[in-house]
Amino acid sequence: MRQLSYAQAIREAHAQLLESDPRVLVLGQGLWSPWYAGSSLENLDRDFGKDRILDSPVSENAVTGMAIGAALAGMRPIVFHPRMDFMLLAVDPIINQAANWSYLFAGKVTVPLVIRAVINRGGEQGAQHSQALHAMFMHVPGLKVVMPSTPYDAKGLLMAALEDPNPVLYIDDRWLYAETGGVPAEAYTVPLGKAAVRRTGADITLIGTSWMAAESLRAAALLEQEGIDAEVIDLRTLKPWDRETVAASVRKTGLAVVADSGWRTAGAAAEIAAEISELAFQELRAPVGRVTLPDVPAPTSREEEKAYYPVAADIAAAAWMALEWDAQRQAVPVPNVTGNRKQRAARTA
Amino acid sequence: MKCSTKWYLERWQIMTLIRRAEEAVAEMVEKAEVGCPCHLCVGQEAVAAGVCAALTPEDTVWGGHRSHGHYLAKGGPLEGLFAEILGKATGCAGGRGGSMHLVAKEQGILGTVPIVAGTVSLAVGAALAYKMRGEKNVAVAFFGDGTLEEGHVHESMNLAALYRLPVIFVCENNLYSSHMHWKLRRVADNLHKAGEFHSVPGFRLDGNDVGAVYEATRKAVKRAHAQAGPTLLECRTFRWRGHVGASYDLDVGVKRRGELTGWMTQDPIRRVADYLIDHGVADLAAREQAIARQIDRAMQAARQAPAPSPTRLGQFVYAAAAGANAETAGANQADGSNGAIPSAHRQAALAEVLCAN
Repeated sequence: MRQLSYAQAIREAHAQLLESDPRVLVLGQGLWSPWYAGSSLENLDRDFGKDRILDSPVSENAVTGMAIGAALAGMRPIVFHPRMDFMLLAVDPIINQAANWSYLFAGKVTVPLVIRAVINRGGEQGAQHSQALHAMFMHVPGLKVVMPSTPYDAKGLLMAALEDPNPVLYIDDRWLYAETGGVPAEAYTVPLGKAAVRRTGADITLIGTSWMAAESLRAAALLEQEGIDAEVIDLRTLKPWDRETVAASVRKTGLAVVADSGWRTAGAAAEIAAEISELAFQELRAPVGRVTLPDVPAPTSREEEKAYYPVAADIAAAAWMALEWDAQRQAVPVPNVTGNRKQRAARTA
Repeated sequence: MKCSTKWYLERWQIMTLIRRAEEAVAEMVEKAEVGCPCHLCVGQEAVAAGVCAALTPEDTVWGGHRSHGHYLAKGGPLEGLFAEILGKATGCAGGRGGSMHLVAKEQGILGTVPIVAGTVSLAVGAALAYKMRGEKNVAVAFFGDGTLEEGHVHESMNLAALYRLPVIFVCENNLYSSHMHWKLRRVADNLHKAGEFHSVPGFRLDGNDVGAVYEATRKAVKRAHAQAGPTLLECRTFRWRGHVGASYDLDVGVKRRGELTGWMTQDPIRRVADYLIDHGVADLAAREQAIARQIDRAMQAARQAPAPSPTRLGQFVYAAAAGANAETAGANQADGSNGAIPSAHRQAALAEVLCAN
C-alpha cells in the first residue's frame, strides 16, 4: 500500500472532504502557516481558497461558537485548535453548546461538527503548550472523542468524524506526525467506537491511546524478548470506547495495563481500568495497571521532560508488575522480574 | 410613525399575545405549576415584535434565557411554548429544555440558551453559512445588556465585521443584569458604542417604540444584504417583572419602585393601542378576548399533554446517523446503554457479559 506520513494522511483527508462536500469548511488559527499545523494543512488555502480555509484571529471561544452556528445552519465545519491548551478558551461553546444541543432540543437541531485539537507535547514548550486534556472531554455526554495513532486511522477517523452527525473531538499528536504507514488513496472511513487489535497475544492485554498505543506496541516487543506474549489494543476512539473488544481481550488474558498520555487522577486510563474491573472481574487475576503522566504539569527543561513522559519500558514494567502479582498469587516464580524492576528503578532514579 | 395602521395592528396582536402568554406563565409560576426558571419579558415586547417584523421566515433568531417574546414574535407555536415550560413531551424541545431552551426550526428559531452570550457567536456562524452559500438570510442575535460584559461577544463582533457577515446584534438594554443596575457594572452608559472598536456601527433606540425598532432592523437587514456586515442595535427598554419568576423584584431587595412606575407609563403595547384607537380601530377589546381564548386553548392542550417517558431518558444524547431510525436513536448512547434506567441497564449489561462466558 502507498505510504504516507500521519501529517500527510490528515492533510489528504481534509483535501478529499473539501473536494467532495461543498458544506465543508475549516476555521481556526494557523491554517495558512506551517508553524501551527506542520504539513497537516499545507496549502489547503491555495487549493480550496481562503474563503473555505479561514485562518482566524486568536478568538478561540467565538471561532468555536461560529463553527457550531455554521453546523446548525447546515455546514460541516472543522474547527482547528493548534494547541489543545488554547482550546480551553473554547470549553464553554464545546460543552455547554455543542455537546448539549441535540439532547436539550430533543434532536430537533443537531451539531455535526469536527473540533480538531493538537497535542503538542515535549520540545521544551512547558505547561501551556503540552497538555493532553482528552479525559476532560471524554467525561461529557454528547461529545465523541477520537485519537488516531496511525496514518491509516488519522485519515479514516477524520473522514468518519466529519460524516458523523454529532460534535466529534479529533485529537492528533505532533509526536506522531512523521510516523509513516499504508494509506489508501481513495476516501474511506474508520468507524467511530471501534478499537483495533494491533497485536494478538495470550499473556496480557496492553491498551493504549494515541501515542501510547504506539508505545504499547514497542512495549510488546520488549516483553516478547522475555517470552511474554502481549496483546495490544489501540483504542482509537475514547468516546464511545470499544468495551467489547477490550473486555473480550482481558477475559482471554486475565491481565491488563492501560497506557494513556494524560494525567493519572480521573484520567482516561482510570475510566478504562474501572470498566475492565466490572466487565472482566471473574477473569482478572491482578489489578489493572495504569501508565500515565504523573499528576504534575508539563515541565519545560529537557531533563525533566525525560522523566515526565512515560515510554515503552514503563508500559513493560507495568506489565511485569501485573505478571508478578499474578505469579505471587499463584505462587509460581516469574522469570526475570528482578532484572526488569532494576531497569525501571534505574530509569526513574 | 411611518407604518400603516394594519401593520401596527399586527404588531399589537403579537405584542399582546406575548404579554398575555407571559402573564399566564407568571400565574403558573405563582401556583408552582411550573418548576423550571422562567424569565419574563413583560414590558420589553416591542423589541422582539419590531425586529421580527423585519425578518423573513428563513432568517434565524438566536436567544437567551429571556426569549419567550423572540420565540412568539418569530412565529413559534404557542402550545409548544407552554408545553415546553410545563416539561411536556409535546413541548418545542420535547420537554428537555424548559423556558430557557426554545426552538422552532421551521420558524427560524434555532435555539435559545441561558449561558449569557451563549448564542451570539452561533448566530455569527449561521451568518457565515449564509454568506458561504450565497443565501440572502440574516441571523439575529438577541441578548441583554449584561451580555456585552462577556469577552467573547467582542470576539464575535470582530469576526462578524472582519468576514462582513449578515448578522444583527440586538441588545435589549433593560438596565439590569439580573439584580445589578448598569451603574454598578459600568462606568458609562454607552452600550451602543460597544461595536465601534470592531467597526460594527451601533444605534441607540427607544426599545419601547415598535416602529423605531422595526425601521432600525430593516436598515440593518439592508446593510447585511449589501454584504456590508453586522449592525448593533441597543434597544432601551425595561422589564417589569424580576430577573426570574413572577415577582416585580420589589420583594427581593432590588429597590426600583419609582423606576418601574415610570417605565410602566412607557408601556410599549399601550403606545401602539393609543395609536390604533386614534386611527379608528375600535375592536381591540374583542381582539384581546380572542387572544385570551387562544392562550386558554393552548394552555389546556399543554396541560393535558403527556410528560416525556423516563424510558427515553437517554434519547438524543447523540444524533442518529442519516438513515438510522430516529425512534431507536435513544440506544445511541456513548456507553452502549439506552440510557433508560442507567443503573438497571448497567446491571443487565453486566449480567449479559457474565453469562457470555
